[in-house]
Amino acid sequence: MATEVLMPALSPTMEEGTLAKWLVKEGDEVASGDIIAEIETDKATMEFEAVDEGIIGKILVEEGTEGVKVNTPIAVLIEEGESADDIAAPAAAQADAAAPDTTDAPVEAKAAAQPITPVIPAEADIPEGTEMRSTTVREALRDAMAEEMRADDAVFLMGEEVAEYQGAYKISQGLLDEFGAKRVIDTPITEHGFTGLATGAAMGGLKPIVEFMTFNFAMQAIDHIINTAAKTRYMSGGQMSCPIVFRGANGAAARVAAQHSQDYAAWYAQIPGLHVAMPYSAADAKGLLKSAIRDENPVVFLENELLYGQSFEVPVLDNYTVPFGKARIWREGNDVTIVSFGIGMKYALEAADALAEDGISAEVIDLRTLRPLDYNTVINSVMKTNRCITVEEGWPVASIGNHLSATIMERAFDYLDAPVINLTGKDVPMPYAANLEKLALVTTKEVIDAAKAVTYR
Amino acid sequence: MAARKSAPKKPVKSNTSKEELLNHYREMLLIRRFEEKAGQLYGMGLIGGFCHLYIGQEAVVVGLEAAAKEGDKRLTSYRDHGHMLACGMDPKGVMAELTGREGGYSKGKGGSMHMFSTEKHFYGGHGIVGAQVPIGTGLAFADKYLENGGVTFTYFGDGAANQGQVYESFNMASLWQLPVIYVVENNQYAMGTSLQRSSSTPDIYTRGEAFGIPGEAVDGMDVLAVKEAGLRATEHCRSGNGPYILEMKTYRYRGHSMSDPAKYRTREEVQKIREERDAIEHVRELILQGKHASEDELKAIDKEIKGIVNDAAEFSKNSPEPALEELWTDIYADDTRLGVHA
Repeated sequence: MATEVLMPALSPTMEEGTLAKWLVKEGDEVASGDIIAEIETDKATMEFEAVDEGIIGKILVEEGTEGVKVNTPIAVLIEEGESADDIAAPAAAQADAAAPDTTDAPVEAKAAAQPITPVIPAEADIPEGTEMRSTTVREALRDAMAEEMRADDAVFLMGEEVAEYQGAYKISQGLLDEFGAKRVIDTPITEHGFTGLATGAAMGGLKPIVEFMTFNFAMQAIDHIINTAAKTRYMSGGQMSCPIVFRGANGAAARVAAQHSQDYAAWYAQIPGLHVAMPYSAADAKGLLKSAIRDENPVVFLENELLYGQSFEVPVLDNYTVPFGKARIWREGNDVTIVSFGIGMKYALEAADALAEDGISAEVIDLRTLRPLDYNTVINSVMKTNRCITVEEGWPVASIGNHLSATIMERAFDYLDAPVINLTGKDVPMPYAANLEKLALVTTKEVIDAAKAVTYR
Repeated sequence: MAARKSAPKKPVKSNTSKEELLNHYREMLLIRRFEEKAGQLYGMGLIGGFCHLYIGQEAVVVGLEAAAKEGDKRLTSYRDHGHMLACGMDPKGVMAELTGREGGYSKGKGGSMHMFSTEKHFYGGHGIVGAQVPIGTGLAFADKYLENGGVTFTYFGDGAANQGQVYESFNMASLWQLPVIYVVENNQYAMGTSLQRSSSTPDIYTRGEAFGIPGEAVDGMDVLAVKEAGLRATEHCRSGNGPYILEMKTYRYRGHSMSDPAKYRTREEVQKIREERDAIEHVRELILQGKHASEDELKAIDKEIKGIVNDAAEFSKNSPEPALEELWTDIYADDTRLGVHA
């Protein structure tokens, strides 16, 4: 009986990929375990093995095809004596029926690859007429590191799989080739140790970039981030400096459960002595990371795996930096202020679009950095709209939203026409089951509902 | 790469020069008198919080400083006053930090456990047991990266020797051949827990074997033996052979901190070591036996040291408390920027 070979999902977050190369042709016999194709995800090129034995009856997707959705039939396997012609319309319809229902999938999983263009024109510090190029967050981060490494020999990158593997999430792709093993350093799996080591190297005159494969693993090393890096300048009466960047994926990815899904924004934002960035767009990822590497202070730089493959317009400028402590207004509005950062921006912007259709004009603010935090932009907006909701992925207790609410109460109490609503992840460890995971995360619908609640619609 | 144990020795005669012996004597005495004064000031309420005295262990830092070259770095845990004096930091600045005054090395914001001197390449003063070990390894990483020929003396105690990050550091230091000397100051007690009760094996200097790091045990009460071992270790590091471990068998006479009643050991045990192994007495004997100086000349040195310590104490009492604005400075490179939720 003919069986369909489906496009595989090769990582927890993969939605589609490129069928880079077929290693078999129609008529070839294959056994279980034979490599039949090479498939390129946004992270890596992977070999794809046959699961069943049989004969390649028909190749349905030509090599070189990009954007092949997971679970699309890519070939048909037949048995001895069958003919490929016997196959009754392999039909994408069947495959669709077999594929998991993605319409209920978490919103971020449907992340389209097309560039997002802010409704508000590009920032004032980008000269008019600047060429913009569609760039993924992944490429933007790599470009930022490469540019700063070219400019300053003291900058080096250290972490697990950053060099020969080209980055667990492919962020450091190409850096080893350009800068060599002295400056792009694979570490043993030893977070506590290499974080302390890099912190010492920063005190010794270098400018380390430490990549945590994800920030979940930085908990092994948090003593050095806080007790060493953040406090040394103060404890030394200003004599010592610790210019270091701790960066990596933060927050929930997809279906990796409790120990690998946690947003540390509020944790690090609490620490005097640290600077904390959590960019959403590729332009901000690049501009903020360049600022972070030049910063004389220790910086915690929180990225998001689900955003790595997302494309945005990035200005083509030799020296594009984004300052810390300056929020970006993505969308102007009059009825409600939505404040977010990192991947929360995705829900905020989607909600703002939906709200506009209902006649509610939302102002959407991306904090971009959490320490320093641009209180003034938020307060000014709330004074205009008189309503505010905050959106973040982290847990509700002592969240960034809580802190903003307190600040708004202190500085703009008389301007509020409704209580501030803090939308956060739910107060539970992240569950594995798809439906429960979706329930644990903040959603676009929750943002829409909250906006309607504070505008009494 | 085998670890070795050099036989503890008490040379009756020594080829060490008069000048060097007198220097060792002077420097060890400075540390002891300084620490005694610090204990006194603590009792008077002029020094607060935690205060860990170095009395008894003086030969370790003085011997190793004699093996160091200009530009070498050093860092240690919170029992750090001796290290700072031995590397040439000003006793006034150290004492004023202990009293939390403006004239202290950290302007009064660090205290006993957190002091630094970029000028003397002293990188702290770390309050978290064992945390200085990867930091010191990182300083050595920077030296190698910058190819400046420097060596980093990374001190830690027998207590810290059981922290996991020590072994994470050993692994990377050996893997990358970093010029770092791990100095284990084994004073036999991790606070109140003796080595016998905390360590599965008695010899800490052998703990680098699994990583291919040579180590040796040294009589840490013998400043000359310490210096010799220090020269072997620095030569090893400077030749590009990677890290080296020196386990200094030493002893602290005072409690872990000022609030330690020291019930975990007998008074006789302490007394016996003071009488039989005291590092300062040892050098004093060598000086007198070698007729390098008379009793009167040594007394003159004692008086001179006492004067330095009294001056430091006076300075530390008279230096003003930090200005209130100092609360908000030195948090960031540019404190005028946003970031502090004042």
